Amino acid sequence: MSDLMKVSSNPHVRSRTGTSSIMLTVVIALLPAAGFGIYNFGLRALSTILITVASAVLTELLFEIICRKQITIGDYSAVVTGLLLALNLPVSVPWWIGVVGGVFAILVVKMLFGGLGQNFMNPALGARCFLLISFTSIMTNFDCDAYTGATPLADLKSGIDVNIMDMVIGRTAGTIGETSMIAIVIGACILILTGVIDLRVPGSYIISFVIFICIFGGHGVDTAYIAAHLAGGGLMLGAFFMATDYVTRPITKRGQILYGILLGILTGIFRIFGPSAEGVSYAIIIGNLLVPLIEKITLPKAFGKGGEKA
Amino acid sequence: MARLTFHGGVHLYDGKELSKDKPIKEVLPKGDLVYPLSQHIGAPAKPIVEKGDHVLTGQKIAEAGGFVSAPIYATVSGTVKAVEPRRVVTGDKIMSIVVENDGLYEEVAYPPVKPLEEMTNEEIIDRIREAGVVGMGGAGFPTHVKLSPKEPEKIDYVIANCAECEPYLTSDYRRMIEEPEKLVKGLKVSLRLFENARGILAVEDNKPDCIEILKKLTKDEPRISVKALRTKYPQGAERQIIYAATGRAINSSMLPADAGCVVDNVDTIVAIYHAVYEGRPLMHRIVTVTGDAVADPRNFIVRIGTNYHELIEMAGGFKKEPVKIISGGPMMGFGLFDLDVPTTKTASALLCLTKDDVSSMKEGPCINCGRCMEVCPSRLTPGMLSDCAEHYDEERFLALDGMECVECGCCSYICPAKRPLTQTIKSMRKMQLAKRKKQEERSID
Repeated sequence: MSDLMKVSSNPHVRSRTGTSSIMLTVVIALLPAAGFGIYNFGLRALSTILITVASAVLTELLFEIICRKQITIGDYSAVVTGLLLALNLPVSVPWWIGVVGGVFAILVVKMLFGGLGQNFMNPALGARCFLLISFTSIMTNFDCDAYTGATPLADLKSGIDVNIMDMVIGRTAGTIGETSMIAIVIGACILILTGVIDLRVPGSYIISFVIFICIFGGHGVDTAYIAAHLAGGGLMLGAFFMATDYVTRPITKRGQILYGILLGILTGIFRIFGPSAEGVSYAIIIGNLLVPLIEKITLPKAFGKGGEKA
Repeated sequence: MARLTFHGGVHLYDGKELSKDKPIKEVLPKGDLVYPLSQHIGAPAKPIVEKGDHVLTGQKIAEAGGFVSAPIYATVSGTVKAVEPRRVVTGDKIMSIVVENDGLYEEVAYPPVKPLEEMTNEEIIDRIREAGVVGMGGAGFPTHVKLSPKEPEKIDYVIANCAECEPYLTSDYRRMIEEPEKLVKGLKVSLRLFENARGILAVEDNKPDCIEILKKLTKDEPRISVKALRTKYPQGAERQIIYAATGRAINSSMLPADAGCVVDNVDTIVAIYHAVYEGRPLMHRIVTVTGDAVADPRNFIVRIGTNYHELIEMAGGFKKEPVKIISGGPMMGFGLFDLDVPTTKTASALLCLTKDDVSSMKEGPCINCGRCMEVCPSRLTPGMLSDCAEHYDEERFLALDGMECVECGCCSYICPAKRPLTQTIKSMRKMQLAKRKKQEERSID
């Protein structure tokens, strides 16, 4: 009997939640947005999603085989990256954009920095920004069978009236997964209710963004303008699914609020003063770079140390 | 009123239903009894018997080795078989007295007891020290030291730690259900010593029956109150229970007395009762023998020194092959590789599981989720500390307050990547403590 005993240092029990179950929850939470994207833009959206996810997962697999590392695709983190990237692509992109994006996200942003948990920038956003800079005309072409012309956010910037109801439901031009506020919020609720994320980052992000556009947007406190900004572009998808990425957001609670505020301000600056209508992706990757500094100044005090009654 | 609680912590599967309703059963040992000389924090006890001596139940066989130390008593009558190193639950071999049980249980005559009112404070503390009472919740800190702070008039609270927050453990629960008056009387002894103190019976709110019994019993005691604490692990940790019950916070460099508190566990307070009211030394403790591998999970009143094999036998043996055997609770207990170890003053449970979470789960890289920080009752950053420990980055480990860790295990429990956070931090802490000790010794020379 005694040679069968397992001996280890305490604690001897572990919670059931694992990395892969968390990642799988994120995938499930992204399905409403993906599903609406397919409904909205047609089957071409589905093929873009599949190609991008496959490219991300295969890149991780091949890298690990070639480098003789442990195979980690079972943790679903590459699926999350691929899916997020696909949801950030316009439906009209050629198939190879998805492949290049998936390879860049996984190989350059994630694996070369040491794999899961080591990347300093959100891989999906890193790849999106890479594609946006390299293939600007493809990445900003939102014409497709269903819609022609600019995204509602671009219309808003040039002073054209937008239909807010359509934006909330998602019946507009845009990237595959960003158009429907409702679908994204359903996914966000799944994440919040399962405890995968909390409201610290998205809450402070959205609130500070709203305050910023009220002050600098030139429309004052105009609910229609605010609603259009919230429902338009990648704000919702970014705030709930990308700014909350564990690896690239601060780990400290106070840091998370600071980070959210920073993202809100950066997004506001890019959207209002920048040349493009959109700013969420750049705001988040710049925020990512400041995370180590934010963590450094927001470390919590140990229990019973200073400040409290001895 | 907001429920009394502390920062962080985790909600665990508690497994208490296995043994909760099993009354305490007294069991007598059959084989040899082993008394390790270190069953407490501080200097080991010094043996005062030799091989071949005949001893009686209740006879002192080892005396305290210093102020922070405690004597040890024989719990059966018989012959001293050896004084030799024996294996204990931690896996170490510790000098122990081995007594061959003659099965007669001849008992010494205990000295007569004076009524509490006629005893001086010194006499009371003496009694407790002579009885070998130590903290029976796990740490084994000698109780008479706790009861002799520098300024006894500054103690505002005596807290009876009735939380029993570790899963599976039901020994304190049974004590409160079956002998609550001993607990209350024992608490009153401590209150005698600290004139300005109020007594708090701090119970987790998953034991409403205990709360009711204790409330009824103390309704005419103006100095004692019962407080229900939110059920959450590690509610029974000293710093956490002080905070939950009084709102005072202490850190690793402070003693509870620095915050005007004295904390004692249920079984310890009952041992105080036995020592002061009955003049009997500490010879028994309640052990919960439980887990899904045990045929008949139970609570036993066990004579200290009894072999763990016998405890399993008394609980009907194994019904399934155990894979993991733990002395104590699953969060802070010791994993055993061998059952051939004795029950000590601090052994609260013997837990036998058919499944081992630790070896069945694969470790992955940290994903920076922050759950470890959320659950840390000491408000630390376990992920970063573990990183420092793995790279032996002493400076950063200390800067991040690594020494404030209480080794409760919450971070390892919650980690989705299944990283051994508590374990790495624990070994770094041990190295630091050893280093500190060395430096102190050097500075004395």
